Amino acid sequence: MAIPTLFLVSLIVFGLQKLLPGDPLLTMAGEERDPAVIEFLREKYRLNDPFYMQYLYWVRDVLTGDFGNSLRTGVPVSTLIAQKLPVTIQLAVMAMIFALLIGIPTGIMSAVKKGKAPDYAANAIALSGVSIPNFWLGIILIMVVSVQWRLLPASGYVPLTEDPIQSLRTMLMPSFVLATALGAYLMRHTRSAMLGVLSSDYIRTAKAKGLMPRVVVLKHALRNALMPIVTLTTLLFGELLAGAVLTEQVFTIPGFGKLIVDAVFTRDYAVVQGVVLCTAVGFIFMNLLADILYILINPRLRHPQ
Amino acid sequence: MKKLIISLLAGVAFSSAASATDFRIGLQEDPDVLDPHKARTFVGRIVFTSLCDKLVDVNSKLEFVPQLATEWSWSNENKTLTFKLRDDALFHDGTPFNAEAAKANLDRARTEPDSLRKSELASVDSVEVVDEYTVALNLKQADATLLAQLSDRAGMMLSPATFSGEVATNPVCSGPYKFASRVQNDRITLEKFAEYRDADDYHFDRLVFRPIPDSTVRLANLRSGDIDMLERLNPSDAESVRGDTNLQFMPVAGLGYQGLTINVGENPRASGPLNKDKRVRQALQLAIGRDIINEVVGHGLFEPAQQPFPPASPFNSEKFPLVERDVEKAKALLKEAGHESVAFELTFGNNTTSSATNELIQAMAKEAGFEISLKPMEFAAMQQEMQAANHEATQIGWSGRVDPDGNIHQFVTCKGALNDSKYCNEEVDKLLNAARATPDVEERKQLYDQAQAILMDELPIIYIYHQPWPFVASNKVSGFEPSPDGMVRLKGVKLEN
Repeated sequence: MAIPTLFLVSLIVFGLQKLLPGDPLLTMAGEERDPAVIEFLREKYRLNDPFYMQYLYWVRDVLTGDFGNSLRTGVPVSTLIAQKLPVTIQLAVMAMIFALLIGIPTGIMSAVKKGKAPDYAANAIALSGVSIPNFWLGIILIMVVSVQWRLLPASGYVPLTEDPIQSLRTMLMPSFVLATALGAYLMRHTRSAMLGVLSSDYIRTAKAKGLMPRVVVLKHALRNALMPIVTLTTLLFGELLAGAVLTEQVFTIPGFGKLIVDAVFTRDYAVVQGVVLCTAVGFIFMNLLADILYILINPRLRHPQ
Repeated sequence: MKKLIISLLAGVAFSSAASATDFRIGLQEDPDVLDPHKARTFVGRIVFTSLCDKLVDVNSKLEFVPQLATEWSWSNENKTLTFKLRDDALFHDGTPFNAEAAKANLDRARTEPDSLRKSELASVDSVEVVDEYTVALNLKQADATLLAQLSDRAGMMLSPATFSGEVATNPVCSGPYKFASRVQNDRITLEKFAEYRDADDYHFDRLVFRPIPDSTVRLANLRSGDIDMLERLNPSDAESVRGDTNLQFMPVAGLGYQGLTINVGENPRASGPLNKDKRVRQALQLAIGRDIINEVVGHGLFEPAQQPFPPASPFNSEKFPLVERDVEKAKALLKEAGHESVAFELTFGNNTTSSATNELIQAMAKEAGFEISLKPMEFAAMQQEMQAANHEATQIGWSGRVDPDGNIHQFVTCKGALNDSKYCNEEVDKLLNAARATPDVEERKQLYDQAQAILMDELPIIYIYHQPWPFVASNKVSGFEPSPDGMVRLKGVKLEN
């Protein structure tokens, strides 16, 4: 399944890019429009060839491991991906951890205390988490935490391997900002899944057996409610791998989001293609991971009837 | 094992202590290729200023001053330009700079198929090594713009030994700082070149250029101490920066302009009254209050422009004073041209400042009878439309060049590469071509004045304001002098701890 999916994705992205108005070389030339140079580069990057030939050349190069070079900076796309992928993964993992820490406990609590004050409070927080725009929250956090209190760096990225503490400090605010919206989604889904499970017969039986409420909720109910949460988590994680454009822009984090948006604006075709392909692979991998997690959580899936 | 951990920790501690002499500059965009012969962007030139020395430099009064060349002279009826080179310059790979190296660079810039310096050096016929430290440029015809070109990327010198390597991603030049590393969209790091001849005047061990496109965020980073200086402050932040005692505000009028480029050619989109009738364009100019734009959108930073040449330039002529806003006169002109009201579409690249500017133009022009419909566009798409003459009028700018030719020739000559007005007037072509070949400033100014007299009447471009370069630095920075070309020259600049 994976191969045809990737093929289709790359074909669609390639096609969409060609539909975009704007000439990559004219854009690249900017204020230095020398017709002879533009024509030379057009030939060099095969932009005079028909659409399908350009695509086939690209596929051939990718199959031999060559993703091409960025039109704008001349850097190989594979180098760019190698530079940005760790950043994006780190941001995604940290944001997901925050989101799970926020979303699941509040979701459980609001399901258990349905219709009471904690439920309303959790709902209000979830609603604001979804409604507050990331870039706004990001700028406010920079103003307060970095400019006023001087607690955390305002922007940038330090590789984990270079200085782990500083790396975590720079990523703290952006991953928190990303996590607010994700955590809210997770909270809503946890709540509804838990509500469904909590009203089922076996939970009543468990309660009737005299089990402690904590055991009923965490052991019996949560495990069954986890299935939709796992689906959502893996999908959200896959989305995070595509980069978080606004958050990366505000905190100037050199991840996939900024890379691909800049590439689209400058019509840097090779970069867009390479990054989308890489993201698609990530997404497919996350789907696979979801399937494996289902089996781990739900023993009934382990032995097909 | 324990010892290893301790030494590693010590290493981390030491490296962060050494970073005390970093100087971090926030840029508005990420530069493009770092090969000076193929580079295109303005921000790229800011990086090159510390990385790659040039034959000559310009000072804040736009005069040429020695850099790799100590002196220069014209001979042979202005068809030979001879440079005496300094004998103590080294490239970052340790090889010496000399006349052979200068020739190799100029030849590379003139011949590489994707060199963007070819047109800048088009007048050069051959480069001749006279002796070890003298190089002569033989020209096809006199070229008054050449020295200005050589004060920019066309005059930057790479180590010829590295031509065959990856110049774009690892440039080896001869400036005070050498290339260390780059992470696209994140940072470009340069390290001090210890063997530089004036190394004692450069006080930082490392330079870090950080592209931070959002101007609010760029300023927040300066305020939080994550960067030491930024370029291009958003004018709307000017007030708050002026009132901040931790910051120094250092704006300078630049070399470029913002203006309205009107399609006046022979093409389907140039059929409206604005495009066909110069009186309508004159009326539009009268309807626009440049000082109002400066006050409202520019917060005092948008110096009104009547001419393409910056106020600091000797070619900015007193013969063309600013046309003040006069709605009654504009209405009268429109009536004379036979119109009660004129409608047209004004395209612009979509960003906050240009939206505000164009909405203001729309409102002011309405009072004189213009019905402007605004069309914000993404920049890449807009460029293509302009090139294809598929626009009625566009608000766009030019970052400006040291030599006046760069601000006018390619925009209004019939075959100019950036002539998006599609304007064509043989008389103007003749005057501007003559000005190119006239090194004498007074004579040259006469020619520009004559050309401007025609252009001010026909108005293919209405200049609105001179683009400022608003620098902001932390008040720990001392010794920085902003210059009209918008570059950051770090000689003598210090950072207090």
